[in-house]
Amino acid sequence: MGMTLAEKIIARAAGRPEVRPGEIVTCKVDLAMMHDSGGPRRVAPMLERLGARVWDPSRVVVIADHYVPAIDSDSAAILALTRKWVKSAGVESFYDMQGICHIVLPERGHVRPGLFAVGGDSHSPTAGAFGCFMFGIGATEMAGVLVTGEIWVKVPETHLVRWHGRLRHGVVAKDMMLKMCRDIGLSTVRYGVVQYTGEAIAALPMPERMVLTNMSAELGAQTGLIEPDDVTVQSLRDIGVDAPDALTWKSDADARYVRTWTFDADALEPQVAAPHSPDNSAPAGDYEGVAIDQCYIGACTGAKLSDLHMAAEVLRGRKVASTTRLLVAPASTRITAQAAADGTLATLTEAGAILLPSGCGACAGLGAGLLAEKEVCLSSTARNFKGRMGAHSALVYLGSPYTVAASAVTGRITDPRAVLAERAAA
Amino acid sequence: MTTTDGGRAFVFGDNIDTDMLAPGLYMKRPIEEMASHCLEALDPTFAKTVRSGDIVVAGENFGMGSSREQAAMALRHLGVAAVVAKSFAGLFFRNALNLGLVALVCPAADRIRPGDRLSVDAEAGRITNLSTGESHACEPIPPHLAEMIRDGGLLPHLEKKLKKKSV
Repeated sequence: MGMTLAEKIIARAAGRPEVRPGEIVTCKVDLAMMHDSGGPRRVAPMLERLGARVWDPSRVVVIADHYVPAIDSDSAAILALTRKWVKSAGVESFYDMQGICHIVLPERGHVRPGLFAVGGDSHSPTAGAFGCFMFGIGATEMAGVLVTGEIWVKVPETHLVRWHGRLRHGVVAKDMMLKMCRDIGLSTVRYGVVQYTGEAIAALPMPERMVLTNMSAELGAQTGLIEPDDVTVQSLRDIGVDAPDALTWKSDADARYVRTWTFDADALEPQVAAPHSPDNSAPAGDYEGVAIDQCYIGACTGAKLSDLHMAAEVLRGRKVASTTRLLVAPASTRITAQAAADGTLATLTEAGAILLPSGCGACAGLGAGLLAEKEVCLSSTARNFKGRMGAHSALVYLGSPYTVAASAVTGRITDPRAVLAERAAA
Repeated sequence: MTTTDGGRAFVFGDNIDTDMLAPGLYMKRPIEEMASHCLEALDPTFAKTVRSGDIVVAGENFGMGSSREQAAMALRHLGVAAVVAKSFAGLFFRNALNLGLVALVCPAADRIRPGDRLSVDAEAGRITNLSTGESHACEPIPPHLAEMIRDGGLLPHLEKKLKKKSV
């Protein structure tokens, strides 16, 4: 019997000819990524206590993205410690305030198909869009990896999620994911792997694929994966990554999946998840009219260049409603530069958007853009847990960048297709 | 491995997330301060009333969300002896065991009521409800982790292993 892509990568990392779901194996880690929150400030004292050094600094990437730029002396101290530690540990791949780790990691060429990687953040599955098995771990477990270069895994079962058809204009990967959160649920996958496939997935550009693997975390998956194809190869080429074996990282034809799910892209409408969970989703039209105090386009999930393009497509020649505010935090400095060069930033700011620094910021309840008691926010981020973006009584809805931008124009939750159609007619 | 006797049950529902356990607002602060805000979005009295040896009981997918292990650390800091749930988020489950916090999967967790006195035998995978007289089976702790849990978590476990190596 054949193996799934996840099983093949784990087998390779464990030095085994094959593995089966449920087996417990020890894997060699190809890449370990940490950020400033769960990284050096937490692992440094542990390494000290163990009297141990980093097993291989060339396999470690540190990205300061949570407390950037420092907003108080606590965050400044965390950043100072991070900068000092990477030097003393000999970690050369350090990205300081260059953007959010899950975006910067592939952007700077650290992600390749077939890699077995760990990240000190729950959205680490993002790298699965490139066919890399990457999952989130806590700081203590990261310290273990840094000392030994190894980690145990219980080989996960793989769920196959097949998307037939083609997405309509105004409907995007975020809508697919919010629909999956509702239909699959958050506790069904139970630390399995979700592998996305089908013609609608094949048609997605890389940044959109990353939305699906990123939010596999919300589905409760250990990671999400998409088999490398021509889109992957081209995007790796654009980044400058040489991966001649990219297309060999695929599930076998006779691989076993614990369950197959099917969805229809043609029938999908823009989705909105209501407070306080991503699975509390429904077609955007069901929430139409809900007044919004803050619209947020940000985070690893929803502020890539393609996300900014969606927002600009809606906002070109329009204004943000006076009853709301639109905050935009591009996911990386490189994305900011690209959006500046192609005119996207000007379109956004002319519409009245407020630009924020690249970082986890308001999404993680850390930086600028937090919510007051009872305020309502529509956000392109991944999580709308109670209290996550500020006050406990704040209400966070989730939607695509199209939906957030269209709602910024009206000041109320709005199906973006109406706004986009207006433009097409004009 | 931890056995606790007579701890009070604090009962919560499904999908208790890491942001409730360890609010982002306090992530920069020392664990003492963060722990005092643990679960306050759900129950503002929890951190003040929970005592050493008490037990958190929950439904499905306990600890969903972030990789922040402060979620498990806050419970441990407050003296919580074990978390008993119908299921755990995979990432939280690893973090809890790595930090020496007992996390037990118990299909009958929903039979436990707030304030019930529980006796938890983690090694045997058994919960006795001293208030009702009922006994519930739990999934055993993965055997490959038993030694680590006996050592008190991953760090003391690694410390022991590294010492052995250097001797």
